[in-house]
Amino acid sequence: MELSRRDAVAALAALGLGGGAAAMYTRRDGGDDGDPQSGTEDEEIDVRDDHAERVAVAAAEVLYPSQVTGVEQFVTEFLGPRLNQDGHGDGIREAVGIVGDRAQRWYGAEFDALDPDRRDQLLREMGVDTADEAPDGTDAERVRYYLVNDLLLALYASPTGGELVGIENPQGHPGGTDSYQRGPP
Amino acid sequence: MSGQGSASRQDRSPVTDADVCVIGAGPAGALVADHLAGAQDVVVLEAGPRFDPGDRVERQERAIRPAFDRPDVWEMGGERDDHAASGEWFYPLNHARVKGVGGSTLHWQGMVMRLHEEDFASGSERGVGPDWPIDYADLQPYYADAETELGVSGADDNPFAPPREQPHPNPAFPPSYSDSMFADACDELGIAMHSVPNARNSEPFDGRSECVGYGTCQPVCPSGAKYDGTVHVERAESQGATVIDRARVERLAHDAEAIEAAVYTTPDGTEHRQEADAFVLACGGVETPRLLLMSDSEQYPGGLANSSGLVGRYFMDHLFAGVGGVLDEPTRQNHVGFLTSESHQFYDEADEEVGPFKLEFFNYAGPSPVELALTGDDWGDDLLDRLQSEYGNHVAVGALVEQLPREDSYVGLDPERTDDRGNPVPDVHWTVGDRALRTIQRANGIQRSILQELGAEITWTVGPDDTGPAYHHMGTTRMGTDPASSVVDPACRTHDLANCWIAGSSVFPTGGAMNPTLTIAALALRVADAVDAALE
Repeated sequence: MELSRRDAVAALAALGLGGGAAAMYTRRDGGDDGDPQSGTEDEEIDVRDDHAERVAVAAAEVLYPSQVTGVEQFVTEFLGPRLNQDGHGDGIREAVGIVGDRAQRWYGAEFDALDPDRRDQLLREMGVDTADEAPDGTDAERVRYYLVNDLLLALYASPTGGELVGIENPQGHPGGTDSYQRGPP
Repeated sequence: MSGQGSASRQDRSPVTDADVCVIGAGPAGALVADHLAGAQDVVVLEAGPRFDPGDRVERQERAIRPAFDRPDVWEMGGERDDHAASGEWFYPLNHARVKGVGGSTLHWQGMVMRLHEEDFASGSERGVGPDWPIDYADLQPYYADAETELGVSGADDNPFAPPREQPHPNPAFPPSYSDSMFADACDELGIAMHSVPNARNSEPFDGRSECVGYGTCQPVCPSGAKYDGTVHVERAESQGATVIDRARVERLAHDAEAIEAAVYTTPDGTEHRQEADAFVLACGGVETPRLLLMSDSEQYPGGLANSSGLVGRYFMDHLFAGVGGVLDEPTRQNHVGFLTSESHQFYDEADEEVGPFKLEFFNYAGPSPVELALTGDDWGDDLLDRLQSEYGNHVAVGALVEQLPREDSYVGLDPERTDDRGNPVPDVHWTVGDRALRTIQRANGIQRSILQELGAEITWTVGPDDTGPAYHHMGTTRMGTDPASSVVDPACRTHDLANCWIAGSSVFPTGGAMNPTLTIAALALRVADAVDAALE
């Protein structure tokens, strides 16, 4: 089942980042602002956000069910405005840094360079699978909150994610008032 | 995200020459202010902030994510909202109330039905509890007005409802798929189902969106389709009313006959006095008696408006009863966060032994897949397998049950604990009587029969041993004709003070088993008429 741009927009809308907020996010490569000035703080953030996107896509490839396709585009579309969100974006960058640090220390490679089984293993070794999400918690709890659960929330609050489970209008998605009246498709 | 909307009035100084001071900007205070604004100079003092409507989707994320508890959604909790619960039944006071412009309607479910005629005459008709000093006919025109004000979506298909005089402003939401499954079972059992009046727009109404199905009605509606008190606060302001947020009224200065001023503090700690000709207390069933009790004086050592000694007494709530289970087929739950079908068939069978109750057919039985996905130690294919296994075939029937008023169920002041302003915190000493517990058993029996007829495997029951409150705070400044046995008169004016009215469910002598907000709204409109007449 393919994730579409509509799914990413819907996931963003469920988090208060629809419409203007999504449109305001401009990528340096292909965005309206063009290339950043060399050596500026903006460039530093852009480099970190490129890294964050690669790590998030690599994580999603492990976190999302195997029948889902279009993960890279979905995660990229979702993550951009999320990284721009006050406070939350920094939390994502920090979580990505934690995961990257562990990958380098334990396996001598970037997280996104590890094969999927190793990525899965790394997250479990960090205790992210058994951690409760907490934005101000331990490393595992913050990774769970800002990276793992952010990506799971994006997927399962989207129409395609909902359909995987059997619900066309999942909680958080403003999918109207028709589907609750209908029987199973 | 913070509780400071862009429209907040930065100047929190008192309004000069105010005719009416309304304390509390929840639905009751908002309706009173709107009704009086224009004709009177109205000022509203609200303890909490004016929330930014643009933050609602972010609040929705808080509602979904397990990192946040329910009170976090609207920033309840902490020293400001500290409370005690000394009764035999613990009362989680902050779970479902909101301090802020709009009050607890920011959080509420939005079910709005009229009390039945017999609810106004419990003592006469059911042989237990007091009669109200007003009857259904007294309130009926105000019910109609309240339905218009709240934009209620409903239908005239309830054979057990009291008489109506006009259609609801919006059509009812159609029944759900699972309602149709219940209908077959209920037909077999001779149980009539009917629509639910909802204070959410089934069509665009009053400049607000129709429901778009976010599915998080309780605790937050991002679209604004669900009515909340901000609607009438904003309308009151457009007519000249002044709303001061984060103005915490700590006592009511008074002489023997009347309130002189509401004494409030602002966030910087400055104390102000808001004077007015008339005062309307609309702080809910807990904070209204708390404010009266905190306003004690030499003249009134037991608290203001408390010559009866009953301020805070007779605290009531509705109790929940429920039975749930699973079927071997899809039931299509959690697409929306509101109910579309109920049954009031057994409501008027109430007597001394068993109270009134209504049945609710859930549209959100079982887990929400989104919330489920954020817990557990699995992901990938294993998580999807779990979600598919745990979502999709749940059913449940709930019920609201009446609790009788009891003097030993009360809201008092905790002598040991104070809030961040040094004021005693409210102590909700909740006591539930045997009649309510028998009623829960009766409701459980019918609920089980429906699920069994449906062919469901019953997996849970909320019965007398594990019931909980519906967060409907009622009864603590009861209405009556005798100043010795009630706090306010039939016009909701305090017996003791000529310029003090109370708007809200604290005046209910009995609670019935209907969600209280439509009755709160109807009484608020009636209070507004009384205040207006008194000031003429």
